Order: sequence, then structure tokens, then C-alpha cells
Amino acid sequence: MPAVSKGDGMRGLAVFISDIRNCKSKEAEIKRINKELANIRSKFKGDKALDGYSKKKYVCKLLFIFLLGHDIDFGHMEAVNLLSSNRYTEKQIGYLFISVLVNSNSELIRLINNAIKNDLASRNPTFMGLALHCIANVGSREMAEAFAGEIPKILVAGDTMDSVKQSAALCLLRLYRTSPDLVPMGDWTSRVVHLLNDQHLGVVTAATSLITTLAQKNPEEFKTSVSLAVSRLSRIVTSASTDLQDYTYYFVPAPWLSVKLLRLLQCYPPPEDPAVRGRLTECLETILNKAQEPPKSKKVQHSNAKNAVLFEAISLIIHHDSEPNLLVRACNQLGQFLQHRETNLRYLALESMCTLASSEFSHEAVKTHIETVINALKTERDVSVRQRAVDLLYAMCDRSNAQQIVAEMLNYLETADYSIREEIVLKVAILAEKYAVDYTWYVDTILNLIRIAGDYVSEEVWYRVIQIVINRDDVQGYAAKTVFEALQAPACHENLVKVGGYILGEFGNLIAGDPRSSPLIQFNLLHSKFHLCSVPTRALLLSTYIKFVNLFPEIKTTIQDVLRSDSQLKNADVELQQRAVEYLRLSTIASTDILATVLEEMPPFPERESSILAKLKKKKGPGTVTDLEEIKKERSSDMNGSAEPASVNASAVSTPSPSADLLGLGAAPLTNSAPPPSSSGSLLVDVFSDSASAVAPLAPGSDDNFASPDLASSEVVSEEPADTVHDADELFHKFVCKNNGVLFENQLLQIGLKSEFRQNLGRMFIFYGNKTSTQFLNFTPTVICSDDLQPSLNLQTKPVDPTVDGGAQVQQVVNIECVSDFMEAPILNIQFSPKQEVQNIFKAKHPMDAEITKAKIIGFGSALLEEVDPNPANFVGAGIIHTKTTQIGCLLRLEPNLQAQMYRLTLRTSKEAVSQRLCELLSEQF
Amino acid sequence: MIKAILIFNNHGKPRLSKFYQRYSEDTQQQIIRETFHLVSKRDENVCNFLEGGLLIGGSDNKLIYRHYATLYFVFCVDSSESELGILDLIQVFVETLDKCFENVCELDLIFHVDKVHNILAEMVMGGMVLETNMNEIVTQIDAQNKLEKSEAGLAGAPARAVSAVKNMNLPEIPRNINIGDISIKVPNLPTFK
Repeated sequence: MPAVSKGDGMRGLAVFISDIRNCKSKEAEIKRINKELANIRSKFKGDKALDGYSKKKYVCKLLFIFLLGHDIDFGHMEAVNLLSSNRYTEKQIGYLFISVLVNSNSELIRLINNAIKNDLASRNPTFMGLALHCIANVGSREMAEAFAGEIPKILVAGDTMDSVKQSAALCLLRLYRTSPDLVPMGDWTSRVVHLLNDQHLGVVTAATSLITTLAQKNPEEFKTSVSLAVSRLSRIVTSASTDLQDYTYYFVPAPWLSVKLLRLLQCYPPPEDPAVRGRLTECLETILNKAQEPPKSKKVQHSNAKNAVLFEAISLIIHHDSEPNLLVRACNQLGQFLQHRETNLRYLALESMCTLASSEFSHEAVKTHIETVINALKTERDVSVRQRAVDLLYAMCDRSNAQQIVAEMLNYLETADYSIREEIVLKVAILAEKYAVDYTWYVDTILNLIRIAGDYVSEEVWYRVIQIVINRDDVQGYAAKTVFEALQAPACHENLVKVGGYILGEFGNLIAGDPRSSPLIQFNLLHSKFHLCSVPTRALLLSTYIKFVNLFPEIKTTIQDVLRSDSQLKNADVELQQRAVEYLRLSTIASTDILATVLEEMPPFPERESSILAKLKKKKGPGTVTDLEEIKKERSSDMNGSAEPASVNASAVSTPSPSADLLGLGAAPLTNSAPPPSSSGSLLVDVFSDSASAVAPLAPGSDDNFASPDLASSEVVSEEPADTVHDADELFHKFVCKNNGVLFENQLLQIGLKSEFRQNLGRMFIFYGNKTSTQFLNFTPTVICSDDLQPSLNLQTKPVDPTVDGGAQVQQVVNIECVSDFMEAPILNIQFSPKQEVQNIFKAKHPMDAEITKAKIIGFGSALLEEVDPNPANFVGAGIIHTKTTQIGCLLRLEPNLQAQMYRLTLRTSKEAVSQRLCELLSEQF
Repeated sequence: MIKAILIFNNHGKPRLSKFYQRYSEDTQQQIIRETFHLVSKRDENVCNFLEGGLLIGGSDNKLIYRHYATLYFVFCVDSSESELGILDLIQVFVETLDKCFENVCELDLIFHVDKVHNILAEMVMGGMVLETNMNEIVTQIDAQNKLEKSEAGLAGAPARAVSAVKNMNLPEIPRNINIGDISIKVPNLPTFK
């Protein structure tokens, strides 16, 4: 007889559901639902009290409506009312509604908790079960606060019924998951552990789940569960298949409980007690042996249940990683499954083998299955399985099989599902770098990656290949040749153009001797791709072109023509336009030497961890990649040692080496200083600079600084608004976090800094800008280290030209060596005399007649310059005073003010005393 | 831990959804759609496991499913569950439904959502397996039905009478609703092997 007879439903509910199912359209359905919702709402609001049956019917309707995806915003109160009914059916439907449609309304939670409290205290096992279910399903913090203390008592009380114990265990587990802080450990914990011995296997199963979770956070507290779990497992495994009666599932004794026990044991290391350990090993061997026995049933349920236990046993063996014999047996068993006709088993075998590959005892055994795994990659119909095969190939890869595995992955990539391409690309890139003995192979592999799956090659991957080529001069020529050949393809991926552009810009000269890849051919090849590329790639190519100007002077004019074309110089994109303008100008005015310096080959990149690995870790979630990597690294050093000469190179590239931290991230801060001139002479300013971002412009990603980090330097100072006079301290503090900028500024002078640091060495460029229109004389900046500072900091300052023209800027280089850490900043003292211009304002001593004035100026010996001054009333003259030793240039301006009957006379000569004397003489004449 | 249990038909119509982790109602519906999309495009006879969709937590979670005639049974679980164990649990669930409804079919799930929830509640609680012994589960459900019947016999009768009177204007509706009387033909599930 069926447990649910089909005729006992609620009629109104059945009618409503049939109505919905007969609706011809979504609109009709919504209309019907809205009608019903309105009906229920009015019933709930009506003044007539509804009987329990009606309430139940309406709540069921609401549940059905909710399942169809409509929000239910009422009925909660009615459901709560049902909880306090004494009738089981009404109470049950109330709890069901709340479990499915919990509302965080705190007023309701209080009422719900009240009802739960009553039911827990009712001693009616059915009601207690409903209440515990509700707590476990809602699991809110309010509930944990109300019941976390109560439930352990129910769980361990001697008179609690088995079914309630089961529910109480899982209820407590749920509360511990959501609010561990509210579940107090105490006496009950030891009694919970002893539930592992309970007669009722349902209770043991629930208790095992609870203990497993608790033991993960409090291993000490639950240590005794290990021996109990082992003996329980032993009894199950050795029992005849009929012993456990109802808990035998398709001839497998208590498979769920076995799985749970094996999981619990994975929270702990191998048992220390030799007896327990021996017993566990026996269990595991028995499970492995049973796998070889003929099946007791042909039903898939039988094999599923049996293998569920087997896979969990293998997980435990791998977790313990201590019994070589068991590990190898486990590996062989998984090897059998790799060829099993059940897809599920192949999937799980591939997954388990991934973890097995990281065990030092079984790594070699796993490797023997490589052909099967490669075959799986080629023939499996299911993408889930193929993905596991990729994971396993990645896990079993080492130097001995890297070439084969990478080749197979590349092969697979051609047809791989779009969903897993990016991951495969990352894996190939990592393996190729990690196990590259020969870097030409590495370059080939990455270029293949770009060719096959260019769209899935992230920036990290192509940055990395450039870093490696730049750092390894043995591969540069090969890389240039290979990218040149790859670029010949009529349609190549933009990522290839980027790599090609960068590498030819750096190393194109290495293949320029071959007439087939002469400079002009290289340039034309790259430029043929130019117009098909996006703006960032075109910007990169422009940088390549200016690098070509330096590498290949013979094609300079060709490149200049390209840069000069309207499509470049007038490009709508401001970045491209600016590059074209600047590069064209640079190529025109700079001498060969300057070009060679500015466009010098990139210095090696600091060795650092591959960012690709970080990306894969991020993609796969924490744990999965890290652990394997760590373990494998250790193992490879154990097993391979330094016997293989290439391992040194490979690891130098793929692992972070703090000792060679060229980024300078960890270096002691260096200190710069520069005081500004004030009216009195020298105000002291401290400068403190950190070296953090020193190398940034060299990374290939920052295209902006690709070719010419120096170009920008002359502009740095003028970036700040010139008119404002900044508070010196404020400006100084900015240098804690940056390396470039304005250090000081007043009406006369602006001081800018640009600095870079490598480890303990630094170089600082100080730019002095003369903001006046007159020359500074005797300009002498000096950097001073105090006696305390001198042992810690070495500064070498190059002298500066003592004259600074008006509006001009001079640059001073300071080489810095940080000997040890220090506190105080050096002092920059600047002295100069801006006075070679002399001015005098005086009353007119004669009638202010323009003609007479002109005649006097000419008579004085200077030339009269007409139409020079914007004000036609002013007189401007110029002349030279010749002496035997020198010639002194003289400029004069006389500005009459007729209203005030005054003159202003300004004299500027290249010698201050001369200006002074001439001014005195002329002031008497007008 | 089991994060969610979903049953939907071949067209993606949900027949049961039970979430053991809190998601907004909107997200729940999206998860059902996403899961249907992931599962329904897979061939028959491929493996029963796949990585979870983004909404339910991505590759940290697995979808373990079985396809019976018109219905998909999908369990979304985290890495602490045994895949084959869950696969068997789905089987136990369906076999139990079959015992309780006698040749269960999709219509039974539609018209008895509350019963299906009750049966599930005997097996899974708060996302953990509560009971796997089918006889034990059926015994519990039987006991519930007896309670229900006894309540219906004593106190439920007046309520039913009132309800019958209210529905007087619908005389053609039979006294006892029998699913077979509603003229919708739905293929029965194949019997379990």
C-alpha cells in the first residue's frame, strides 16, 4: 500500500494547480495567480477566523505559487499561527512554510522561536523532530542564540529517542556552521564522541557528520574519535553483507556511514597507537581487496555504493601519505578505473589521481598512466571528464615528460571547449616556463599558444614571454627570428603583433644581417599589421618604430615619413598623436648618441614569481594549485636534486628570489633632500623618498614608458602649476610615496626631482627652473650630509653650470648609495644671485621729448630698436661694450610716464657691475 | 554539505527547490535557471558530475544529477560530500518517492509538494544526510500519514464538511480528487531496475 494515497489531497489546492496547468500563456498564468493571491489575502484578512484545514490549504497554495517563482510577501503570520496548533498536519505545514520562505523579520523570529521552544519541551518526538528541522533549515543567528545551549542536552540525554538524536546532531552541526561562537564546547563533547558506538546506525551517521565538522576546528577535543571510528569502520567492513540489515544497500554494508567515517579520519594524521593503526591498515586493505572481487550484483547502485567507499578509502590513503604499499595499490586501482566503461568512475579516478600525483611515493606510479590520460583528453565525450584529464596532466608533469604533455595540451587546445581554454592556456604557459631546459622551446610554445588560442592568452602570458626573452640573451636571436617568421602569416593574432613588435624593437638587429629580414622588410612587415590593430597595440608599434630609428639608421627617413603622415600626426587618439609627434621630433633633433642612450635596449627585468601562476591560483580558487605546487617543488628538489644542470636556470625564473629583489620593495628607504632658496639664502627642507615604485616604467605592460622613459623627465617639473607657491613641507612629504615631482617652488625658482633606485643604489635628477626672465649667476646648489648621516649615506653630486638663463632649467645628477639605514635627511643648499638687471625710476629732468630722447640714446652709442617694445612710447636700445678681455652685451629700456613726469630705466648686461654703472650714468641724462 | 536540492522537468519547470544555504528569492530562481541550462544541454550517458554554476559558488561546488524520464534531480554539494554517495542518495530519494506514491510520476510531485518536502526532510536536514535507510524513511512517512488520518477522522471532518459546502456551486468536482480523473496524460516513470 502506498504511503501517500493519491486521493487525500486538498480539493481547492488540486483545482488551483489544475487551473494553472491549463493556462495557455504566461499572462493567463500570472492572472490566475494574482487572482488566487488576492483571494488568499482577503481570506487571511477577513474577520472570520479560518479553521486549520483552510489555513493549511492556503499555505500550500502559497508554497506552490512560490515554487513557480513568484514572491510571496504575506502569509508568514498565518504560518506562525499554525505552529502553535496541536494538530500535527497543521503544525507540519506551518513549519514547512517557514523553512521554505524564511523571513528575517525579527518579530516573527521571536514568535517562531517561542513555538519551537514549546515543541522541544513537548517530549513528543514528532513535534521535537519538526522543531529541530526548522532550526536546522533556517539556522539563523537568533535561533543559535536561543537554542545552541539546549540542543547538546537533547543530543546526549539518555532518554532521547534515536530519531530525535539524529535530528539533534545535525541541528547542532548547522548551528555550529552558522554561529560557531555560540555553540559552547563542554562535557557533552566526550559523550557525543561515544555516539560513534551507538546501536542505531542512523544516529552514528549523524554523529559522525557532526564530529567531523567539530574536529576540524577543535582536533584536540575530539582526538578520541579516531580509535572509535576505526573500530566502527572495522566492524562494518568485515561484516557479512546481511549483518546490518536495513543499512545494507545493494549488498554493500552501510556505505554512507563508511564514507563518513573515512572522512572523519581525514581530519587527523595516521593514528599513533600501533594497534589502531594496524587495524585501520587492515580495513583499507580489505576495502581495496573487495574492489577486486566479482560484483555481488550487476546493478549500478551496487557498484556505486562499493566505489563510493573505495574512493573515500583512497582519499584517506593519500591524505595519510605514509604507507607506500597502500599508495601504489591505490594508484593501480585508479589506473583500472581510468579505463572503466562507467564515465563516472573515469571522472573520479582522474580527480583522485591529481592528488595522488603530488605524493612522493606514488608520483612515478601516476606517471605510468600518461598515455591513458592523454587518450582521455582526445576521446572523452564529456567536457567535465576532459577537464579532469587536463588537471591530471598538469599535476603529473615534471621535467621528464613536460615536452610531451605540453605538446598534447597544445594539440587539445585546437579543439578544446571554449569554457576551459583560458585555463589550459595558463597551464601550458606555466609548464613551458617551469620545465624549459631549452628556451627556444619555451618561445615556440608560447607563440603556438598565441597562434592557436590568441583570444585566451591573457596579458600576463605575453608580458611573461617578453620578460624572459629580455632576461636571457641566449634566446633573443632565436626569438627575433621566430616572431619574424610567425608575423609572415597573413592573419595573425594581435597578441602576436604585440610580442613581435616588442621583440623586434629590441632585438631586430640580431636578424637584420639576413637579407630576408633586413631592417626595411622588418619594418614593412610590422607596419602592414599596424592599421588592423587596436590603439594600445599601435602605440606599442610606434615605440618599436622609434627603436628602429636607433637600431637601423638606414631606414630612419622611411620611419620619419610614416610618423609625419597625417594619419599619425593628426590622429584622433591623443596618445597616438603624442607619440608620433614626440618620436618624430626626437628622431629629428637628437644626436646619434642621445638616441642610442634614450632608446637603449631594455635592462633585464627583476626576477620574480610568474604572475601567470598567481592568475591560475585565482582562477582555480585557493588551495588547489598552491598545495600541489608547493609539494611538487619540494619533491622535485628531493628527487632530482641538482643533478640536472638546467634546474638552476628554470627555478631562477619561476620562483621568487628575495635576495635578488631588484624591485627594491624590501630595501631600506633612501633619502633625498633639497632646500629651497628664500630671501635670506637657504631655508632647509627635508626630503624623504621611498624606493617602492622605482622599476615600474620598465615593465612591458606600461607601454607609456616603453621606449623612452627619459622623454618624460623634462616635463615632470612643469606639470605643477607654475604660479602657486607650495608649502615646502607639504611638497616634501609627497616624496614619501612617489619619486617624481616638484620639491619646491617660489616666485624665483622651481625645483623638481626625478629619482630611481636599484637595491641600495639610487640616482636622482634635480631640475632647477629659473622662473624669472633674468639670468641667475653663481648658481651653486650643494647637497650636505651631516656628520651623523655621512657614514650611512654616500652622495656624489655633479657640479652645475653656474649661470641659469631666465626661463631655463638646469639638471643636476646625484648618485646615491645607501650604506645603512638612517633617519635624518640630507640638506640641499642653494645660492645664486639673480641681479644682472638694474632698474631705476626717476623724475624727468628735461622736457619729455621723444626725438631728443632718441638722439641721446643713439648718441650714447647704442642702437635704437624701433617697434620692439609692444608699447610704442618706450625706447629700447642695445649695444656691446668691448674690452680687451671680454665683450659685454648691454640692453636698455626707457619707459616714460608723461602724466607723472617720470622715467623707468632698466639695464641688463652680462655683468652686474656694468649694468649698475650704465644705469647711474643714464639716469642723469633724461 | 548539500547546498541545494532541485527538481525540474525537461522544460526547466521547477517541481521542487530546497536551499540549505541562504539565497534571495531572486537568486534562487536564477540558480534554478542556470542549473537547468547547465544540466539539460548535456548528453545522456555522460558523467553525472559537473562543476557548479557561478551563482551557486562556481568550481568549489559540484552538481550531481540524475535524469529520470521527464525529471532532473540535481544536488548541489561542496567538496565534503562523496560524489557517488550523493548519486546513491538521489536513487534512495527517488525509490522512496516511488514507494510512497506508487509509481511516482511528475504529477505526484506537482500536486503533493508538501509530501515531497516531508519525504525529503526525513532524508536530508540542514544540508546533511539524516537517514539513508529507505525502510526507516518509509516507516516515518507512514507514521505521519496515520497521524494525519487520525486527525482528519476526528477533527478534520467538520472542516471538510464546511469546505464541501463552500464548494457547492461546483458539483461536478468529484468528492475525492483522483489524479487519474484530470485528463492530462503524463508518461509514468520507468520502473526502477
